[in-house]
Amino acid sequence: MTAAIWGISLLWAIVFIYGIAGSIDFGAGFWAMVFFKEEHASAATIANRYLSPLWEVTNVFLVLFSVSLVGLFPTAAFVFGNILLVPGCLILIFLTLRTVFMVYAHSIDRYQQPLRVISGITGVIIPALLMSVFPIAQGNFLIQNHGRLTLSLTQLFSSPTTYVYILLGLTSELFLSAMLLADYSRIANDSTAFYLYRKQAIWLGPINMVWAFIAFFWIAQSAPWLEKDMLSQWPWFLVSGGFFVLGYLLTVSTRENLHLRFRLAVVSHVVQYGCAMIGYGRAHLPYLIYPYVTIQDSFTNSEMFRALIVVLILGIAILFPGFIWFWRLFLENRAYVSKED
Amino acid sequence: MDHVHLARALFGMSLGFHIIYATLGVGIPFMVTVAEVSYALTGDHDYAVMAKRWTRGFTVLLAVSITTGTTVALQLSLLWPKFMQLVGQVIALPFLIEVFAFFLEALFMSIYVYAADRIPRRWRILSVLLVAIGAAASALLITDANAFMNAPQGFRLVNGRAVDIHPWQAVFNRALPTSDFHVMMTAYMAVGFVTAAIAAYGLLKKSHTERERKHQYKALMLSLALGGLFGLVAAISGDSAGKYLAKYQPEKLAVAEGLFQTQAHAPLVIGGWVSGTRQDVIGGIKIPDFLSWLATERLDGVVLGLNSFPRDTWPPLFLHLFFDGMVGIGTLLIFFAIFAWLVKTLRKQHEYPFPNWMLGVTVLTGPLAMLAIELGWIYACIGRQPWIIYHVMRTADAVTSAPYVGWMFVLFMLLYLLLAIGSITVLRFYFSRHPLSDDIDPSAPKPRRVVWLP
Repeated sequence: MTAAIWGISLLWAIVFIYGIAGSIDFGAGFWAMVFFKEEHASAATIANRYLSPLWEVTNVFLVLFSVSLVGLFPTAAFVFGNILLVPGCLILIFLTLRTVFMVYAHSIDRYQQPLRVISGITGVIIPALLMSVFPIAQGNFLIQNHGRLTLSLTQLFSSPTTYVYILLGLTSELFLSAMLLADYSRIANDSTAFYLYRKQAIWLGPINMVWAFIAFFWIAQSAPWLEKDMLSQWPWFLVSGGFFVLGYLLTVSTRENLHLRFRLAVVSHVVQYGCAMIGYGRAHLPYLIYPYVTIQDSFTNSEMFRALIVVLILGIAILFPGFIWFWRLFLENRAYVSKED
Repeated sequence: MDHVHLARALFGMSLGFHIIYATLGVGIPFMVTVAEVSYALTGDHDYAVMAKRWTRGFTVLLAVSITTGTTVALQLSLLWPKFMQLVGQVIALPFLIEVFAFFLEALFMSIYVYAADRIPRRWRILSVLLVAIGAAASALLITDANAFMNAPQGFRLVNGRAVDIHPWQAVFNRALPTSDFHVMMTAYMAVGFVTAAIAAYGLLKKSHTERERKHQYKALMLSLALGGLFGLVAAISGDSAGKYLAKYQPEKLAVAEGLFQTQAHAPLVIGGWVSGTRQDVIGGIKIPDFLSWLATERLDGVVLGLNSFPRDTWPPLFLHLFFDGMVGIGTLLIFFAIFAWLVKTLRKQHEYPFPNWMLGVTVLTGPLAMLAIELGWIYACIGRQPWIIYHVMRTADAVTSAPYVGWMFVLFMLLYLLLAIGSITVLRFYFSRHPLSDDIDPSAPKPRRVVWLP
């Protein structure tokens, strides 16, 4: 593997972690809005509780992605930065509103109601805007202007391709977050919330899968170069589908007491998305933005690459114990998870 | 406004807004650490209360600080893509290390705030110390990127391409020591005065009890002592930053002082309006030879004036006032802290040595300190113009070609307005519902709902 391949793999790994963590984060906001009624109160509480310590971690990965893109593929960062002003700024505005209201609402009860609405709505809008980067990277909607690329916003928001990607992202987000929240309810010994989230996951899973197929055919129509490469990556997509079936069967057959089984279901769905992402990522090579930017000619110099990798490894090694402590205190801690308000 | 100015306005607004929260975010964890350690050493419950209440305020501010920081980080790429292309090749390291420093801060912040009742005190102090270290490291690293923009090194440009790249040389550039030192010390100084102002405000309220008064006085003394102490160090750091400018970035010093002619025995001019047509400062107090002495440590030292540089590379002349504002406020605050110390020493027999007018002045020092921070950053960034990277890349060449920058400016302005109003409202509301008496007196009924989430 060349250094550029290592670099792009690292970027995709960050996208993957952000995708999973973001799905839970944004999805939890959405579910907390949907389940605010009295009979579902505990489900909403579970969602809120999951959300609270997590947003900072999610946020870190967004910044880490942008910093890594700049460091590893400076020319790609230049082209992306140059075209993404409007979607990027909108994402930032919604993200800021969401986070800040979350904190405000925990200081003032009166803000709970607006928070629920804001975090629910932004929990859908932010992932939708993030997904729109995928069709842009396919080379759609870009116009050459005085030697520089510009994004046509009207084309971006009027093209069905954009919405195909957005819906794929949203169904995945809600499905995954329902799965993880069900798992979290299980740790909290809250069977009502567990069954409620499991129910959502059970109906969202097949919809997500069907939409994935529709999305594939749509991509095949709109970007023939990607279709050909995606077909050649069929083993990855097959394995991904296999893990979906496995995870789904485990989910459907889980009853409250089968702890290990549900955890396995969650893990196999996460692996499912991992495999699909590897397949898509490999098919997308060598382009970062088709046909303008490839990974080879946007890659950084070897000195910077070495320095970045050293810093990354050292940073992760130093922070890992802290993260483990954090995990045990919050996400896996029964006393915390099931604590009374 | 043209495209470049709109982009600068948008980015400047984001940075100007972020810097308030970032400065508080660097200083408050440090103050909390001091309070926690004081509590551990003296066993005085008041210090534990200070730590608790400062932390509560901090959690609200931190959220705004993090999100606006994320905004600034991404806006760098969105507004100045050409700049970030070079950054990626040469100076990506501080940005990446900063992510980890921030992660450290966020992790241990959650642990300190939400798990404080579940971990032993020693670990709690360690947690908040790591928060303070993470926050300080973040500030130092981002300031390092800014230092690079003033003193680019570790690469050569050949036909617009960066070659011969040494990332660590770029990190340890020659502006780093003075910039980092000054940013750090002024942040600690400013936050000292901010907490002093809050305590003084509490003391001026009529309704406090004797017990509250005692507590507020302790907070006031601790804050003023730290503010004054760091103020003295900040003055030293400012002096070395000025000497750095004289040596390596003379245009910036010249514009700060309104100096046009290169000369020995250069005077220091305080205040006044710098006129480009008259090539002089109108009004203002001239202190002969003093600028030469400050810049070179010799009364006859030569200081470069603006005329030694091409007209189109001059920074805007109005910066003289920003510079003087920063230095003036800093000096006043240091003298005020010394004065307060004198009053305290001379009126030892009084339990509460400060008269009300001094408390009133102390209330003003908080906002003034933040204003000085703002003025300093504006001076530092506009003083580098027209360059985004000094003598390497012009700001106008780095800007995005995407349209709608003006609209984004309007949207972000509304957002920041909302955040400013929101954070003030939330802090006021929160502290009025959790008055000091609740924290001081452990037997008082507990608040209905304890904040435990960010």
